[in-house]
Amino acid sequence: MRNIFAVFAKELRSYFVSPVAYVIAGVFLFLTGYLFRNILMQFNFLCLQFVQRERFGGALPNLNLNEMVVTQFFGIMDFIWLLVVPMLTMRLYAEEKKGGTMELLMTSPITTVQVLLGKFFACLTLYTMIVALTLVFCVLLEVYGEPDWGPIWSAYFGYILLGGTFISVGVLASALTENQVVAVLLSFGMLLLLWLIDWSASFAGPTAAKILSYLSLIQHLQDFQRGVIDSKDVIYYLSFIFVALFLTTRIVESARWRR
Amino acid sequence: MIEVNGLTKHYGDVAAIEGVTFNAPEGQILGFLGPNGAGKTTTMRILTCFLPPTGGSASVGGCDVVEQSMEVRKKIGYLPEHPPVYNDMTVKSYLRFVGKIKGVPSAQLAGRVDQTMEMTGTAHVHNTVVGHLSKGYKQRVGLAQALVHDPPVLILDEPTVGLDPKQIIEVREVIKSLSGDHTVILSTHILPEVNLTCERVVIINNGRIAGEGTPESLTAQLKDGEVLRAQVSGPEEQVNTTITGVPGVLEVSIEPAREAGEAVYLITTMPGEDVRDELSRQLVNGGFGLRELRSLEMTLEDIFLRLVAEEVDAQ
Repeated sequence: MRNIFAVFAKELRSYFVSPVAYVIAGVFLFLTGYLFRNILMQFNFLCLQFVQRERFGGALPNLNLNEMVVTQFFGIMDFIWLLVVPMLTMRLYAEEKKGGTMELLMTSPITTVQVLLGKFFACLTLYTMIVALTLVFCVLLEVYGEPDWGPIWSAYFGYILLGGTFISVGVLASALTENQVVAVLLSFGMLLLLWLIDWSASFAGPTAAKILSYLSLIQHLQDFQRGVIDSKDVIYYLSFIFVALFLTTRIVESARWRR
Repeated sequence: MIEVNGLTKHYGDVAAIEGVTFNAPEGQILGFLGPNGAGKTTTMRILTCFLPPTGGSASVGGCDVVEQSMEVRKKIGYLPEHPPVYNDMTVKSYLRFVGKIKGVPSAQLAGRVDQTMEMTGTAHVHNTVVGHLSKGYKQRVGLAQALVHDPPVLILDEPTVGLDPKQIIEVREVIKSLSGDHTVILSTHILPEVNLTCERVVIINNGRIAGEGTPESLTAQLKDGEVLRAQVSGPEEQVNTTITGVPGVLEVSIEPAREAGEAVYLITTMPGEDVRDELSRQLVNGGFGLRELRSLEMTLEDIFLRLVAEEVDAQ
């Protein structure tokens, strides 16, 4: 536990002493802020239209702040994370390999799993911090409207699981190479494939289609955004993380035997 | 303390080391001498549990490097060829991190870090980011990292590479001060370093042990007869005949001296025979001027070159 925490603290510190954490948080918040503003403006516009339609006595469709603003916003945010997480994870192992510090870690009385968990949770913590900053948008909604907080909290819970999944794939890619650009591209490629994998479900046989759409990263997030925490989805993300991290330990260990 | 038995490591089809056997008793400084690519780093990496051996066994303090890897890692302080430093950390926070993962108890951590910084002369840069330090200081931080958990065994891969002469002397002093309660293995391809710091030398070439012993015993072991250097004035031919006539002399070769009328004679004698007394008597009796007579000590450099040459011959 002490070893995990030592690595955790070192990794988290290194995000904050370099510009990485600030630049990523800054760019991310700017983009999401811009998107949030546009979604909100669109919602405002719809509201105005509806007010006019009410005056002329038309049928009123349901105007829902959660569905039309929050869910839309979250739907775009997870795509931005798909682009950003590989940049958070790329250095985790690649840098250690390139800088020769892997030799220090591998000759110290600390296990591969301890190092990995330290790195994983450091990255997840930074991710969670940045995600938490987007709560500002929901607070703004609370000030001017009445959003339903249940689905918001469940969506954030889903986001932490999704982040863990992204990060586990990123760590895996980083362990495969000592080149950070290669690490980014590998993890980006793997994540995008897993993102879009249910597309091919439409053209596959019934069993294959089921498997493919189960594998899709994004399918499982939709329930969370609707306010449903289904153990099926939680288990999907946790088992995904477990498998990716397990493969990572194998890859790191195999470096000893492959030379 | 360190026992290595028939250690072999193959990288694919290439054998990096083959049947390496040596041991280092407690408290000794063992020099690991060899040209680049001889297998020094490979051997050290196996001892530090970074690489598993292909064959043979190695143990540190009674623990096998494969079976009891974690125990071995606790006992070892390791400075790889390139100091394994994080360029974005300050010296102090880096050493604290290493101390933690090496298992230094929290209560002693601050004290140990201060002590090692004091020993390696890095105390005054404790707040500097490692990436901003010069090569020499990075090397010292690397050494401090190896010492921070006060390990009984130190494995140092070319610890003085890249340092200026003053720093080299300082690092050597640190290493020397460790002998006694620490077992040290240090590798180098710089010969005088071994003479200066090590109590015992293992010479490795092409992945095999080419010689082992104290610097002195290696010299003795390899002497096939002594070589004397005599500077004599007088006609070369007559002097040569006189010297060859002395019993025990095997061979004489002549080199011109700086002054006219005298020459330098390199005289190879039979092993175990001291011909100096007889030689000087005969030269003086012959009416020549004996200006200088001394026996040439074989330096480690000669031994090294000869051992390596013998290897090539054997193949």
